[in-house]
Amino acid sequence: MANMLNIDDLKVSLEEEEKQIIKGLSLSINPGEVHAIMGPNGSGKSTLSSVLAGKDGYIIDSGTVNFDGSDLLEAEVEERAALGIFMAFQYPIEIPGVGNMNFLRTALNSQRKTRGQEELNAADFLKLVRGIAKDLEISDEMMKRPVNVGASGGEKKRNEILQMCLLEPRFVILDETDSGLDVDAMKLVSKGVNNFSSSSRSFLVITHYQRLLNYIVPDFVHIMVDGRIVKTGDKALALHVEETGYKDFLQLGKEKH
Amino acid sequence: MTDNYEVRDVIDKETLSTVKSVGDTYKYGFSTDIETEYAPLGLNEDIVKLISKKNNEPKWMLDWRLKAFNRWKKLKQPDWALLEIPEINFQNQYYYARPANMKEKPKSLDEVDPKLLETYSKLGIPLTEQKKLAGVIEEKPEEKSEGRKVAVDAVFDSVSVGTTFKEELKSAGVIFCSISEAIKEYPDLVKKYLGSVVPISDNFFACLNAAVFSDGSFVYIPEGVRCPMELSTYFRINAENTGQFERTLIIADEKSYVSYLEGCTAPQRDESQLHAAVVELVILDDAEIKYSTVQNWFPGDENGVGGIYNFVTKRADCRGRNSKVMWTQVETGSAITWKYPSCVLKGDNSSGEFYSIAITNNMQQADTGTKMIHLGKNTNSRIVSKGISAGKAQNTYRGLVQIGGRSQNSRNFTQCDSLLIGNKCGAHTVPYIEVNNSSARAEHEATTSKVDEDQLFYCMQRGIGEEDAVALIVNGFCKEVLQALPMEFAMEAQKLVAISLEGSVG
Ligand SMILES: Nc1ncnc2c1ncn2[C@@H]1O[C@H](COP(=O)(O)OP(=O)(O)OP(=O)(O)O)[C@@H](O)[C@H]1O
Ligand SMILES: [Mg+2]
Repeated sequence: MANMLNIDDLKVSLEEEEKQIIKGLSLSINPGEVHAIMGPNGSGKSTLSSVLAGKDGYIIDSGTVNFDGSDLLEAEVEERAALGIFMAFQYPIEIPGVGNMNFLRTALNSQRKTRGQEELNAADFLKLVRGIAKDLEISDEMMKRPVNVGASGGEKKRNEILQMCLLEPRFVILDETDSGLDVDAMKLVSKGVNNFSSSSRSFLVITHYQRLLNYIVPDFVHIMVDGRIVKTGDKALALHVEETGYKDFLQLGKEKH
Repeated sequence: MTDNYEVRDVIDKETLSTVKSVGDTYKYGFSTDIETEYAPLGLNEDIVKLISKKNNEPKWMLDWRLKAFNRWKKLKQPDWALLEIPEINFQNQYYYARPANMKEKPKSLDEVDPKLLETYSKLGIPLTEQKKLAGVIEEKPEEKSEGRKVAVDAVFDSVSVGTTFKEELKSAGVIFCSISEAIKEYPDLVKKYLGSVVPISDNFFACLNAAVFSDGSFVYIPEGVRCPMELSTYFRINAENTGQFERTLIIADEKSYVSYLEGCTAPQRDESQLHAAVVELVILDDAEIKYSTVQNWFPGDENGVGGIYNFVTKRADCRGRNSKVMWTQVETGSAITWKYPSCVLKGDNSSGEFYSIAITNNMQQADTGTKMIHLGKNTNSRIVSKGISAGKAQNTYRGLVQIGGRSQNSRNFTQCDSLLIGNKCGAHTVPYIEVNNSSARAEHEATTSKVDEDQLFYCMQRGIGEEDAVALIVNGFCKEVLQALPMEFAMEAQKLVAISLEGSVG
């Protein structure tokens, strides 16, 4: 089976200062697989997500990223989105004055347009969104608010999952979506993700807690230290980290220099 | 660090090339090929007399104009605004232009030259008594509304070519016609109120307008009448090298209400053109006027060639107790905008509101704001200004809040937000607050920010293209003002916000 995503020896620095954050990272993800990444604060997990999504401000020093066999790094941010790449933000952004519904409809129809599909009319759109919101227990009142404005941390995370369900991406990055969720919300979100997963969809789940991985069971767990993946295993690896922390892996990060 | 510099450079080049295409995005830039009759070039007493004669005016009107002209000769063009105004040669332009076949004013819309009708239908303003303005997109198609009626007075260069729904309005007691007609048909009303809000020699441009105004709209809402439909005037400059000087007078008698809309466009031309208008609103006891403007004059090209110089004096006189006025403006066009719609709150408990969006892109300059003059007791004013600056444009909010010694318990609230796109443009806020009564309170809040990179990235990660993302964010920034517009205009204005910012990001 062809890889969906293939990252080969990627090195990335910040544009603003001469500092390399991703220091030779390789990772292959096949359709239908769930990969978890764990790692100490500042090891570069969010940076990796941002680079995959196409955020400005980074310089690719070397390495390649292919998505469906073509060079992902060449594509614009919105083109990547239309290709089916979705990133649930660690810190979702507030957009004052822009209603949630308007935002969601603009996003969905933009993607459809880029893909040469017909735009969804208002009635069909409403039906679709309301169904998803109901499953995630997001209130109508919440849906009428401006994007993420006045929402609690947990509400914002739920909103990210709603966007995921609506936009139906094929490759989903969840950047600490579990952080800040209460137990019930965690179950809701996990249910949302599990219902959404399929043999053609893949997930990259960034988390600090193996708790989430009880609900969303990963095929692989990677430990990221200082811009590299230093160890790959299965769910047992997450349990190990939870018990002993990262001390066993910090040395591995240094050895590779 | 050289890498870094090169990246920036590439981005700037891209920005330039997109900005270059912006000149083509002004979709009202066409001109109408129609035979036009001009007054002789330049300005002197004979021109003033000629304009008066063309309009078949009574002597009192001509005398008024001549008085204004003589005052104007002694006035100097104001230079206090934060604007770089190229020297205007007042003798090198025409002060009157009318389509040749408008010599006899058509008695009904059926008699109007089809070319003129076509011009308006191309602009989305068909001069027929249909139920609504074209170009209004239904937000929710499943809730198809009947569409509200909008009466239109169409001013083309120096003359009004027609007014719709006149008869229907008349039966409600509402007078809606061109001001040239009102001078002849309703001289008592015009004599009583013309110049009573903006005196002849109020300022250089208002004085010039008093001397040479050629047409404009007149509205009178009688006591106790709620105007049964929206009224609107659509101004179109077509003739080359011609100034447009229109004058609008609206009187809301006691306990009456009217909502009035004003739209403006002009062809894309290389030389600049002058537009100096005066709008006077008179509001008596318990009456209310909502006045909305979508100003989309040709802004000039990306290098600042051409465009309209827009010098406008607008003032509302809240004479009556409990009188109310609300100015809403969306200013996206013009090379230069000099405009301060003001409220004189004379009546006790009167209130004035000013909601403004001013967008400048490329080489545009705007110095705009309001004056709130509190004279009566318990008067209230509210100012919400949203300035957006892109390209190399300069955008200034200038406002005065003055609370007089007799104005007990009066309140003002001012919110003034500026948004910058790119780093070659400027935003300035110049608020003057003069409070002469210890029971009064004035609050002022101001912010300046850049379009947030994280917001842009968030939108784009969800699949929204960069220009659409900017438009979305800017529309969100302007939301409070857009909401103040009548529904018909709000949708148009939202699209206009997007169009005027095209090419502003790279
Ligand atoms: N724009 C930036 N400017 C300066 N430093 C940055 C920037 N972005 C990331 N960094 C630095 O890069 C490193 C990696 O950050 P990143 O956010 O990717 O870590 P992370 O693994 O997601 O951490 P966490 O678990 O805390 O979310 C950190 O040292 C961070 O300070
Ligand atoms: Mg992170």
